[in-house]
Amino acid sequence: MATTDTAAKPGLLAGIRGSGAYHKLLAFSGLIALLVVFSLASPNFLQTANILAILQATSVNGVLAIAATLVIITGGIDLSVGTLMTFCAVVAGVILTYWGLPLPFGILGAILAGAASGLVSGAVIAKLKVPPFITTLGMMLILKGLSLVISGTKPIYFNGTPDFNQISLGSIVGSVIPVMPIPNGVLILFAVAVIASFVLTRTALGRYTFALGSNEEAVRLSGVNVDRWKIAVYASAGAVCGIAGLLIASRLNSAQPALGQGYELDAIAAVVIGGTSLSGGRGTVLGTLIGALIISVLANGLRILSVAQEWQTVVTGLIIIVAVYADILRRRKL
Amino acid sequence: MINEQSPRRVPSDKGNSVPLVEMNGIYKSFPGVRALTNARFSLIAGEVHALMGENGAGKSTLMKILSGVYSRDAGDVHIDGQLMEITTPRDAQKLGIGIIHQELALMRDLTAAQNIFIGREPRKGLLLDEQKLNADAAAIFKSMNLMLDPRVPVESLTIAKQQMVEIAKALSYRSRILIMDEPTAALTESEIAELFTIIAHLKADGVGVIYISHKMDEIKRISDRVTVMRDGEYVGTVLAADTPIETIISMMVGRKLTDEALVIPDTSNAEVALEVRGLRRGKEIRDVGFSVRKGEILGLAGLMGAGRTEVARAIFGADPIEAGEILVRGKKLEIRRPQDAVRAGIGYLSEDRKQFGLATGLDVRNNIALASLSRFTGAGGILRDGEMREAAERFIRQLAIKTPSDTQEARLLSGGNQQKVVIAKWLLRDCDILIFDEPTRGIDVGAKSEIYKLLNALAAQGRAIIVISSELPEILRLSHRIAVMCEGRLTGILPGGAGQEEIMRLATQRESAMAPEPNSKVA
Ligand SMILES: Nc1ncnc2c1ncn2[C@@H]1O[C@H](COP(=O)(O)OP(=O)(O)OP(=O)(O)O)[C@@H](O)[C@H]1O
Ligand SMILES: [Mg+2]
Repeated sequence: MATTDTAAKPGLLAGIRGSGAYHKLLAFSGLIALLVVFSLASPNFLQTANILAILQATSVNGVLAIAATLVIITGGIDLSVGTLMTFCAVVAGVILTYWGLPLPFGILGAILAGAASGLVSGAVIAKLKVPPFITTLGMMLILKGLSLVISGTKPIYFNGTPDFNQISLGSIVGSVIPVMPIPNGVLILFAVAVIASFVLTRTALGRYTFALGSNEEAVRLSGVNVDRWKIAVYASAGAVCGIAGLLIASRLNSAQPALGQGYELDAIAAVVIGGTSLSGGRGTVLGTLIGALIISVLANGLRILSVAQEWQTVVTGLIIIVAVYADILRRRKL
Repeated sequence: MINEQSPRRVPSDKGNSVPLVEMNGIYKSFPGVRALTNARFSLIAGEVHALMGENGAGKSTLMKILSGVYSRDAGDVHIDGQLMEITTPRDAQKLGIGIIHQELALMRDLTAAQNIFIGREPRKGLLLDEQKLNADAAAIFKSMNLMLDPRVPVESLTIAKQQMVEIAKALSYRSRILIMDEPTAALTESEIAELFTIIAHLKADGVGVIYISHKMDEIKRISDRVTVMRDGEYVGTVLAADTPIETIISMMVGRKLTDEALVIPDTSNAEVALEVRGLRRGKEIRDVGFSVRKGEILGLAGLMGAGRTEVARAIFGADPIEAGEILVRGKKLEIRRPQDAVRAGIGYLSEDRKQFGLATGLDVRNNIALASLSRFTGAGGILRDGEMREAAERFIRQLAIKTPSDTQEARLLSGGNQQKVVIAKWLLRDCDILIFDEPTRGIDVGAKSEIYKLLNALAAQGRAIIVISSELPEILRLSHRIAVMCEGRLTGILPGGAGQEEIMRLATQRESAMAPEPNSKVA
């Protein structure tokens, strides 16, 4: 259609259209606005300890949201990220506490369990053509049940592996620069973000992720093995959920088999606020990161202002709708 | 299983007796449709072989079987004389078969270069080599004489440019069998000329080109042989040079076609149905003004990118304007949204049926009724399905839409038949002012003359009609008056029956060469 041709539409937004730059700006300014409002409202907000707490609280949801981003860019959805995270945590617990194996086995086990589960979801979606929503809804329940089964419905504590809680709570940065005790969990979040962003923009896997979400049939007609790449995306997302499982288990120093459901919605919310399109084909890890930060800043700030938990939920809901509406306004051609 | 030989070049040796492609006794059925019955096709190296037939004759289906998109029900395919089983697009690529699909198959969010090399991205170790990717794409564009930045997202390109990206992609495979399914449907004259030069080079290199088009003049210009299909069956193969167009057409339609001559009615006393004054938006629309009277067909001519679609969309309220007035039956109207336009009795048939025209998931009946649902709504908001069916069936008959029934999903129709469905939708809507943007794109000769007759009949009923077309013969055949645009400006208004040269002169009248023109006002 000729009217979307490169000539920019006149007006305020000319020049910053294209590839979600405007939305990122929008989400980013939203984040800044929240920070300003909360720091004016409460002197405690901008304290180092509080900032670190916000970052720490973002780490789990942030990592999960990155997993969800990968899948959503393909035009799919993954409702199982929350319970998969728990499943991976439980697997780590079984390996470390029940079997008494050393720490690296636990870490590897959790990540592989995540990848394996993603592989199964991906295979069902690609080969059996079951829609992603249904497949991952099923997987969500399957994993929830399996977590309870293999843990014997009890939390598994990591008391035999004292280093385990360092994964999330320790601070490598803090031991070098004592004034910046950034917890490892936050470091891991940023590392995952950098790697995911790199994979999305610089590797073939990333290219096919966008291509699938943009026009799957066209990719197929180009002679690409669509099924294989789709499975690879779901498996990668699963592995990332494994990392989230390690983070949360390490923070709680236990694998809580009943936890997890509901996390997928927070993750998807972060993705959407960050400007990734649910219809696929476009999205960024940076946007998702900002989206996850907005959610935790909001929760933290409202708590400091003593707003009740119920209302925090209401506000988060509103933010999701407003964020997506802003995106629609941007794209509206009429 | 596929034979894993690497694609090799067959020298352009006319004496070479083994054809590149030999398809025999091909059958293919879809639920409710027999698309191919005993179809046949052969291609030799270094020839351009046109595949012709009416909409729904089975041309695309046959080519999709050759390129591994569909599997056949029966029949065999020989490549270089060897029996081959081609079951995926990948198999076809390995055999050196490339295809430009009729319906654009691009990834809209990816850039032009990324689209061209999808599945074959140059790598540096594990990483993609974006620099080489863009350089390679730029090289292909250069060889096509195409000015296009390989890094722009395909989404922001015009359909013509998107089509050129598809062509670039097909060329990048260096196929020795190249299928082009209506590649020029959306191209400008100069782009078509460029494409034909490319095809000539390919031919000289011994590539076999299969060329599908509904534009008769193209067939004469570039093809060596012509194979005609009708209703999924093989009709015959003839030499293009020795066969008059009329013969090919009667092979296609199985009868002789008659066409009415242009009759220009006197509408000078009729009410002005639509008037546009001083329409402006950036560089796309620069001070455009004209009027159309009741009963009149105004042709809007110009090269691709002249701003004709932009003007139509602005009138229809689909895009904003910066300045200008739109008057319907003498009354000034604020048209901000298509809804406003439709309420004022304006209908717009988009040139991009995939994106704007067709609800591909709905069936034919609902697509035709979509813009007129209120007419079929009874008490309690319940739709009168029977009446909808009658209306749909009337148009299926009138426009000869090839479909097993009116409940077939629209996306399953052949390209040209989808276009007819969109036309039917606006005909049913009964608008007083109709804007048709490239109405016969991809439509076969028989149906084309049906549509021309229909437009004439609509005008005779007192409707005002604007026809945008890039095909001059179409403009000349239909228009009572011809408005010509170039680079966003209206460069002149000619009476119907004007000469081609005059139109082309106005269509290429660039600003620098133009004398200060009085505001293009119409009497
Ligand atoms: N996937 C499908 N499912 C059902 N019917 C189909 C499908 N594809 C094609 N058909 C039908 O098969 C017949 C042949 O279609 P095809 O697309 O090959 O025609 P065509 O000769 O390419 O026509 P056009 O000139 O309009 O492009 C048509 O009747 C069409 O409706
Ligand atoms: Mg076709």
